[in-house]
Amino acid sequence: MTSTITPDPSASAVISVEEQHFNDLIDADSRIEPRDWMPEGYRKSLVRQISQHAHSEIIGMQPESNWITRAPSLKRKAILMAKVQDEAGHGLYLYSAAQTLGATRDDMTDALIAGKARYSSIFNYPTPSWADMGSIGWLVDGAAICNQVPLCRASYGPYGRAMVRICKEESFHQRQGFEILLELMQGTEEQRQMAQDSVNRWYWPALMMFGPPDDDSPNSAQSMAWKIKRHSNDELRQRFVNMLVPQAAVLGITLPDPELHFNEDTQQWDLGVIDWTEFHEVLAGRGPNNAQRLQRRRDAHDNGAWVREAAAAYARKQSARTKEMAAS
Amino acid sequence: MTTPGDSAAEIWPLWEVFVRSNRGLSHVHVGSLHAPDGTLAVRNARDLYTRRSEGVSVWVVPASAITTSDPDAKGAFFESPAGKNYRHANYYSKSEGVKHL
Amino acid sequence: MSERSEADAHGHVAVDVTTLDAELIEGPSVATSDVAEYALWLGDDSLILAQQLGAWISRAPELEEDVALGNIGLDLIGHARSLLHYAGTASNRTEDDLAYWRTEPDFRSLHIVEQPNGDFAHTIARQFIVAHYLFELYSRLRASADATFAAIAAKAVKEVDYHRDHGVQWVLRLAHGTDESRRRMITALSDLWPYVEEIFRDDPLIDRLEGIAVRPSSLRPAFDEAIAPVLTEAELDIPRGFVASGGGRTGKHSEHLAFLLAEMQVLTRAHPGASW
Repeated sequence: MTSTITPDPSASAVISVEEQHFNDLIDADSRIEPRDWMPEGYRKSLVRQISQHAHSEIIGMQPESNWITRAPSLKRKAILMAKVQDEAGHGLYLYSAAQTLGATRDDMTDALIAGKARYSSIFNYPTPSWADMGSIGWLVDGAAICNQVPLCRASYGPYGRAMVRICKEESFHQRQGFEILLELMQGTEEQRQMAQDSVNRWYWPALMMFGPPDDDSPNSAQSMAWKIKRHSNDELRQRFVNMLVPQAAVLGITLPDPELHFNEDTQQWDLGVIDWTEFHEVLAGRGPNNAQRLQRRRDAHDNGAWVREAAAAYARKQSARTKEMAAS
Repeated sequence: MTTPGDSAAEIWPLWEVFVRSNRGLSHVHVGSLHAPDGTLAVRNARDLYTRRSEGVSVWVVPASAITTSDPDAKGAFFESPAGKNYRHANYYSKSEGVKHL
Repeated sequence: MSERSEADAHGHVAVDVTTLDAELIEGPSVATSDVAEYALWLGDDSLILAQQLGAWISRAPELEEDVALGNIGLDLIGHARSLLHYAGTASNRTEDDLAYWRTEPDFRSLHIVEQPNGDFAHTIARQFIVAHYLFELYSRLRASADATFAAIAAKAVKEVDYHRDHGVQWVLRLAHGTDESRRRMITALSDLWPYVEEIFRDDPLIDRLEGIAVRPSSLRPAFDEAIAPVLTEAELDIPRGFVASGGGRTGKHSEHLAFLLAEMQVLTRAHPGASW
């Protein structure tokens, strides 16, 4: 089989036996597993993508955990707790997957709290109202699901398996968000206002979650060739908007894009121009909550250091004692 | 060769988690986690991997304790069974149609 | 799960078909006012403790512990909802009416569950004490003449058994970990211990609910017996010192409760009559 893969630039011009084997596996839509030979660029791309994804889950706990103590009913409190807890779990599944590539959790955490690692910019926006719990579920998780479902088929086995688990568990996240908004839209005038205001704030940032337009996305082509990524940014964004329009109608909520209209030729919803200035600002660390999110992660990590050390010390003492007893 | 991911540099070691989803089935690898010792590892595994009633039994194994085959030697290591078709029932075609065989 | 089809990428979320358990444990009976009062005792303890544990999520010492504390909190919210629902049958109020629209003097929680999270050692000391108490309580409440209490207790006892174990494991690790963790564990235990006595205090209500409620004082020997070997292994002494006056069962609360309720109730109270 001839390979359609762009050769790894770090490799020599002649393709090695290992690389040919790797390329054949990718071409055959098979999976790459941890101990397989892989191009250094493939490993690096994966570590970058998976750890960013893990960090996003962990930082993403914060805007919602803000409302656990203030949830307006006990049922909503339980749902929100379970959801934020799931996000910790998803972060853990992903850190595990990255760890199979030789990245340690400690190193990834250090990079995060030192401000050297990226995570999804969406979580640098604040959650001033309860309706934001609805918008995060409906729009942010909705966009995340569109991005993630194709990743269940990512060429790297542990990543794909982690994503299958995550997608399965996230099926409730989007629904609960939609229901929060639905409940608000069927409520008092103040509640409806709360919901609309929240959707106005989250709609555009959610669309930006799919990443820059295809002609401005440097890493995309290689990731698609390696089957780490399966669809282009614009393709997924379009699918998402097509899905949102009828859902917004059910909610009775207005999507804040005056130019949004149905294109009879393409049978798709054409959207207005996305203002990427804000996206780049938030990405550059100048978003409303960047500093606060990192600070809280750092505080949790620093405040927990003595606990982690205590448990490690206890384990060492116990295993020393077990060895002593075995020796005597 | 050990399993990938274990690092002596980390304060809590890595554990591989295996869950039996139902009686009568094998434990299946589901992922990994960090824990200071086996006692907490099995509890963390319960909290992390069976939140939705996915299991009736959990195993945890220190990642450093697993020995794996070498994937670079893949061809040679798993070559032997190829061509030994007589290990499979459908190799014996002459008995086709004979009942209870 | 098998791999999803491409159609799912259009946003159709495939949902597992599972049989859903009942969310609340409900009995056939309507609570009398005494039974409702007792349900508030137990329900408020669980609610306040769950509220506190909820504040840990995203702040725990390690991510695995975020998940563990979340699980315990969710169990406790479940108990609180069933108990408050039952209490509400006496006065035609919902679980949320009781959680969000009562003021401080109408709460019946013990002072120990109102004590702040503090550092991880304080949360563990509180969990260790309360989970052991709840385990003994629910073990006996399973035999209550009141079918609703018995059913709630039958589920809850299995869950608090795990909470108890979680507390034990961490008490041992903190006590025998590092010098710092040992110092913190000792401080936490002595900070929480003054509130233990109130847990086992009897009240005329209990006399009126013979066979239905569990007499708090009757749980003390089993509680002491259960924690003794753990404290011995941890080489921790039972703290001596003052006994807090308590009074939670009659609506006299610690200073912490008002702040906790203010936060918990703020949104709901801003929208009377709204549903969520």
